[in-house]
Amino acid sequence: MKALVFERQLARFAASRLVSDLSGSGRGVGVGPLELLEVEPPELPGPGWVRLEPRLAGICGSDIATLDGRSSRYFEDVVSLPFVPGHEIVADVRGGPKDGERVVLEPVLSCTVRGFEPPCDPCRRGERGRCERISFGALAPGLQTGYCADTGGGWSGGLVAHESQLLAIPEEMSDEAAVMIEPTACAIHAALRSERAQAGRVLVLGAGTLGLLTIAALRSAVSPSLLVAVAKHPEQRRWAKRLGADYVVAPAEAVRATRRLTGSLALPVDGSVIARVTGGLDVVYDCVGSHSSLASALSVVRPGGEIVLVGMPGPVKVDLAPLWQREIALRGAYAYGTEQTATGPRRTFELAAELVATAGLEELVSSTYPLERYEEAIAHAAAAGRRGAVKVVFDLRRRGDRRLGGEKENR
Amino acid sequence: MSPRPGVVLEVDRSTPPTLFWHGEGFRLEKLPVGSRIVYAPEPVSPLANPDSAIRQALENPLGDSAPLSSLLRPEMKLTIAFDDVSLPLPPMRAPDVRQRVIEAVLQMAAEKGVDDVQLIAALALHRRMTDDELRHILGERVFNAFAPYGLLRQHDAEDPSNLVHLGFTDEGEDVEINKRAAESDLLIYVNINLVAMDGGHKSVATGLSSYKSLKHHHNVRTMQHSRSFMDMHHSELHTSNWRMGKVIADAGVKVFQIETTLNTDTFPEQFRFLQRREWEWALADRAGFFASSRALERTPPGLARKIFHSIKAPHCLASVQAGEVGPVHARTLEHVHRQQLVTVEGQSDILTMGLPFISPYNVNSIMNPILVACLGLGYFFNLYRGRPLVREGGVVIMSHPTPWAFNPVHHPSYIDFFEQVLAETTDMFEIESKYETTFATDPWYIHLYRTGHAYHGVHPFYMWYWCAHALSHLSRVIVVGGERAAVRRLGFSPASTFSDALEMAEDAVGRNPSITHIHTPPLLIADVQ
Repeated sequence: MKALVFERQLARFAASRLVSDLSGSGRGVGVGPLELLEVEPPELPGPGWVRLEPRLAGICGSDIATLDGRSSRYFEDVVSLPFVPGHEIVADVRGGPKDGERVVLEPVLSCTVRGFEPPCDPCRRGERGRCERISFGALAPGLQTGYCADTGGGWSGGLVAHESQLLAIPEEMSDEAAVMIEPTACAIHAALRSERAQAGRVLVLGAGTLGLLTIAALRSAVSPSLLVAVAKHPEQRRWAKRLGADYVVAPAEAVRATRRLTGSLALPVDGSVIARVTGGLDVVYDCVGSHSSLASALSVVRPGGEIVLVGMPGPVKVDLAPLWQREIALRGAYAYGTEQTATGPRRTFELAAELVATAGLEELVSSTYPLERYEEAIAHAAAAGRRGAVKVVFDLRRRGDRRLGGEKENR
Repeated sequence: MSPRPGVVLEVDRSTPPTLFWHGEGFRLEKLPVGSRIVYAPEPVSPLANPDSAIRQALENPLGDSAPLSSLLRPEMKLTIAFDDVSLPLPPMRAPDVRQRVIEAVLQMAAEKGVDDVQLIAALALHRRMTDDELRHILGERVFNAFAPYGLLRQHDAEDPSNLVHLGFTDEGEDVEINKRAAESDLLIYVNINLVAMDGGHKSVATGLSSYKSLKHHHNVRTMQHSRSFMDMHHSELHTSNWRMGKVIADAGVKVFQIETTLNTDTFPEQFRFLQRREWEWALADRAGFFASSRALERTPPGLARKIFHSIKAPHCLASVQAGEVGPVHARTLEHVHRQQLVTVEGQSDILTMGLPFISPYNVNSIMNPILVACLGLGYFFNLYRGRPLVREGGVVIMSHPTPWAFNPVHHPSYIDFFEQVLAETTDMFEIESKYETTFATDPWYIHLYRTGHAYHGVHPFYMWYWCAHALSHLSRVIVVGGERAAVRRLGFSPASTFSDALEMAEDAVGRNPSITHIHTPPLLIADVQ
């Protein structure tokens, strides 16, 4: 089968980093450590495992950061090479009693998947994203499918998955909708990470896929009193408004807009510029994860407020003096698991499937590419906002094997 | 030789291109044959001895008022309020007429032994002036005698401890003004009536009031029913101020009004061509125009702005009258009309105008897009008596670079208004109901207004409302040579050239439209028959 394989090739890794630095994110794939190869399907690791044949597999911001060579070295111990990327997956089960069933994969490789019994404390509570054993057990290290040498990934003709990772999707849900469930689950988990957001004034920094989904999740699951979105590109602004932002502002206007919308004072006192507000927002969801986005977040969050890091950060250099002086909480939001809701604990993926259906999030899938055109696909995904796109996915379906939802622009 | 009156020129094939102001620059445009150009009257002769005329006015007051010297006594509390830097335009050469008048009043007060004297700049919701600006208006002697001792104040419309509520008009309008002014034994107001809109009861009722009071006449409904601002008898803005003036008088506030008019000698020698009609340009005028234009083309915008804002106009005092507000203002208007009125027969389909670098609200500052709209549609459109120069459903074409640029110190709330409010809607009533209170009560804007040099938070709303009459009257507004994004944000149409603009206007007014160009500044009022 064909698979895009990310291998340990330091020279190509450096070349990719260099080209992406010079030419822009996603441009270094051709010289990087990702190659389209003919490979054997991964072995089934044991009982409870099934084979999956991907239908659609999304390209995520964290994938692009990895391909650009920008992801943190922190991840070196929680991934194993070579791996096949792709963790946003809608697939068909092949073989076993569930043969032919259409499923979405919950990619976290937690205790149950790794064969640990009893599971670690977070896993026992259903908090799979916080699993303490993602580098141990029956599988090679890997925090998720798509970063583990043993499981394969979505950017291929086949992978393996543990039954506990699967969520069956209803017949009426399109593949395009289903492929949005994983990133939507991330957004819901992030939205619910801060209690201050409930009826609070929040701002979402960044309007890529994760930012837009966070807006949708906040609007549906949290009900803030004020929801401001910071979006750079026209299509992003349109989506942010449609998904429930009260106000959408350009990045350069974020501090000024925050000041006005919160009735805050600002510094410096003479008003010649507005560098930061003295009051501000209860919660800022940083869906970018860069040093500048974190600095922006710190300039608009109120004393005692909270910043939720939703976008995957790397090493950042940022002045934490305001965090200290204003007693701001900085909280990570990674993956998903189980959420506490008014009706009791719910699996984040189930909540995500509901939100995708009710909010029409399948429309966020802007373009699909065959695996063979992976360089174009990744370049497109890396420049999605600028090019008027949101989510770019690989289409691995055989001709005539598309389910519902119709065909998007297939490039 | 007496100055020539204004004139309406009909363009024919021999008419030279017409000068259009274009911000900190000019354009020469060829108007279609048959277009009309309205030129201002030439500057009236100045008063030969202004200081003597001022003293005469103070001692020979109009209406039911005693001579000023008889109103002054040693133990009294005297307050002298004066118009701010928004008048005149451009600022006049020293000595400013306010300096002359205030020096005369102070001389008289000193002779009568009045000790308790304060000067108050009647800012309303305008920005506080800098010391240099105050020095220019008042002169060094007055500034140095009052400012160091805290006796020269700038009205603070957000200082509750120095405001007093005098009551309500018959229409239920709050009348709240400066406490020191209201509680003085005599309030002397020193004005400059640059245009017919200024002065009268508007001086105190607006210049020394608060937002609570101002909002009763600075709103969309009032602005739409002020036709025009230059004709107080048909201006709801003035009617409201006159009602407030009655409440002020009934509350026992004794106002001695001193109004002045200036001639329209607007530009210094090197820009004299701006004052002349193009077909009368001498060689020196043509040389001046081309030299200025070429130099400005190579000058960075910031520097060009500095150069233009350094212009001091050779305006001269044309009249001064003092005494009771009503009679004084009636006489003042006669003088304004004598200087500015031009009879124009009928309306046209299109009104064109060139907008200069300055408006009342960007002295020493940037003419931001909201002020461009206000100058064109609030001021120039309203330079009429009778009927607008352009017919209902007609088009205004204005020329200005309209940069997306703001002075953050002077116009902080303008930035938010432009970037956030106008991004949502340009509808006046929606803006007024949805956003005005938030901006007016925003503590940051209040802080900057009170401690810095910022216009009040609500001020951009007023500038937008100022356009209300024009926008409800016109079918389209086209800006020639403006920054496209900024022009579109205003809800107007950008055009690259004047001929493009005329072509675009035809969509609204049909082919072969009638065109009138208002050739100002110098200022004029079109008396449209």
